[in-house]
Amino acid sequence: MTNHAPAEITAFVTASGSRPSDSLSDDTLRDMYWMMLLSRRLDERAWILHRQGRIAFHISGMGHEACQVGAGFAINRGVDYVHPYYRDLALVLTVGFTPEGFMLSLLGKAGEPSSGARQMPSHFSAKWLNILSHSSPVATQVPQAAGLAFAIQYKISHGLQDPNDDTQPRLALTCLGEGSTSQGEWHEGMNWAGVHKLPFICLVQNNIYAISVPMERQMAVSDVADRAAAYGVEGLVVDGNDVLACYDVMAYARDKAYAGDGSTLIEAKTYRPVPHSSDDDDRSYRTRDEVEQWKKKDPISRFQKVLLERGVLTQNAINDLEAKAKSVVDSAQRAAEDAPYPDVEPNLDPRSVYAPGDLA
Amino acid sequence: MRNMTLIDAIREAMDEEMARDERVFITGEDVGQRGGVFRATMGLFDKYGPTRIIDSPLAELSIVAIGIGAAMADLRPICEIQFADFIHPAMNQIMNEAAKMYYRSNGTWNVPMTIRAPYGGGIGGALYHSQSLEAYFTHCPGLKVVIPSTPHDAKGLLKSAVRDPNPVLYFEPKKGYRAIKGDVPDGEYTVPIGPINITHTGTDVTVYAYGMMAHYCLQAAETVKQQDGISTEVVDVRTLLPVDREGILNSFKKTGKALIVYEDNFTMGYGAEIAAVLADDGFEYMDGPIRRLAGPDVPGVPFSHPVQEEFMPSPQKIADAIRDLAAY
Repeated sequence: MTNHAPAEITAFVTASGSRPSDSLSDDTLRDMYWMMLLSRRLDERAWILHRQGRIAFHISGMGHEACQVGAGFAINRGVDYVHPYYRDLALVLTVGFTPEGFMLSLLGKAGEPSSGARQMPSHFSAKWLNILSHSSPVATQVPQAAGLAFAIQYKISHGLQDPNDDTQPRLALTCLGEGSTSQGEWHEGMNWAGVHKLPFICLVQNNIYAISVPMERQMAVSDVADRAAAYGVEGLVVDGNDVLACYDVMAYARDKAYAGDGSTLIEAKTYRPVPHSSDDDDRSYRTRDEVEQWKKKDPISRFQKVLLERGVLTQNAINDLEAKAKSVVDSAQRAAEDAPYPDVEPNLDPRSVYAPGDLA
Repeated sequence: MRNMTLIDAIREAMDEEMARDERVFITGEDVGQRGGVFRATMGLFDKYGPTRIIDSPLAELSIVAIGIGAAMADLRPICEIQFADFIHPAMNQIMNEAAKMYYRSNGTWNVPMTIRAPYGGGIGGALYHSQSLEAYFTHCPGLKVVIPSTPHDAKGLLKSAVRDPNPVLYFEPKKGYRAIKGDVPDGEYTVPIGPINITHTGTDVTVYAYGMMAHYCLQAAETVKQQDGISTEVVDVRTLLPVDREGILNSFKKTGKALIVYEDNFTMGYGAEIAAVLADDGFEYMDGPIRRLAGPDVPGVPFSHPVQEEFMPSPQKIADAIRDLAAY
């Protein structure tokens, strides 16, 4: 097994030498920390529930919180399109998805917001937040997200949408892992984004492994971002465990998309400190030493250190947030446990398959 | 009323829908200045420009996926697949994505998209320009599958497809693009997606077909009427999914004998479902075997002319099958 140790990555700065994250208020920084923490604690609870035999399946976003929260805070949350993938718990929480909704998905209970408990857990969707529904086959969301971005460009060019109207989506953000960039669907989506200079951001959360297969057996380049050149799209590499660096690069890509200056491929170098899913055992394909090295780069403890140094958070405030997270996770779990299962009949009714005519 | 070809009716439907609703756009390979390889979009590029008639990269999956995304963003895409035979790379997006979107999002997201694809043999197109693929897609809940056989229905069904809140796969019998002519009303009309249409009434045998085969069946019905005095009812299925079980059954109640004609491979073709509907719901009306006349179970329509001709069901073969059944 090759050791895939974390590498130092230079922080992104704009042409003027500034970092967009420098202008974030202390309140916003605390909110970002809270979202990362909440996502982590929910995720940990899901693992516990699985190990207790109380849920059938969990697929984790652990370790990815920095790039997801950095991305979520950079866009117009709940308005800009987000076409996520199954690790995007922190991103969808940032956009407005609820902890209770996540718990309902783990338990397959009535009222599950994404799919009415038809899909597996962590297959997110929330139309009221402009979070698109995604499937399990990877990269399918990428060309669709290019289609969303195409629609934005179309509406603006046909006067169906004011380009400055911030109540309307002005970009499409889609996420996937580096393994999924081997799919033709990724290529075809990126190609449209490049040809039409779409308001499109592709965030590749590179955690090195496609389940068990490491980077070097997935692709012959060391940076996914290098592939952007083939589409005439700008490709950027960012330290995916540094939330402010991720915010910086996302804010840059957002401004570019809003200005009609085209797409960006962002490769966030990160790591998944846990197995691929609750059905995986990662000891068969990577060393414990490697996992331990990455745990030292944990995005939440790193951000906590920054905020303590800046005086944005105190140890007391951190303790309070921990207590709050526990309480939120507890009550979300309780609500989901108390919820009934969905009725069987409407879910197996062929009439539930077609949208009624009046939606047109 | 005007007499026009199938392809002119298809083009007129798109033109009218684009004029009616600015959210409607067309994308596909060579649909722009070239006007499509079959000229289905001829003149539309000059009329609506490159931002509404969009030449796609040569990648069918992306044509469909861009359509799905745009449809969920409330546009009304018409996606052209140049030949149905090239639709396979887009299967994942059609069957796993577009078809499942409404169900998998618990009725929150829907995909109001039309996919047009010329299909069928008899044009010297061999294995990869002749395929009939309807059976793959009619096995897929969430899709609607439509195959018109007349200019009237082609226009009316395509307009319905564009306005439908669900993904509609609209297969066009390309052998009939210019060979099929018919009357099209002046002014606005649509044909609903769903019900079958009886195009020839009769009492002895019911023949079920769609697309080019619906024409051949009409010719065969006339032949056996004149030569043998057999009264044939022809059902133009025209909407294959959702299945109009009641409409299919009603004609069988009159005749008790059914012949199903399709140019796809015989085994597991769409005719199998019609046969199953009749066998199940129509058992007490049955007055003979439920017969299917279809293409042989070889991987495609061969190129060489005499072999192609033998592959296809013809009016002559259909007439013979009707005679057999009537005599039963």
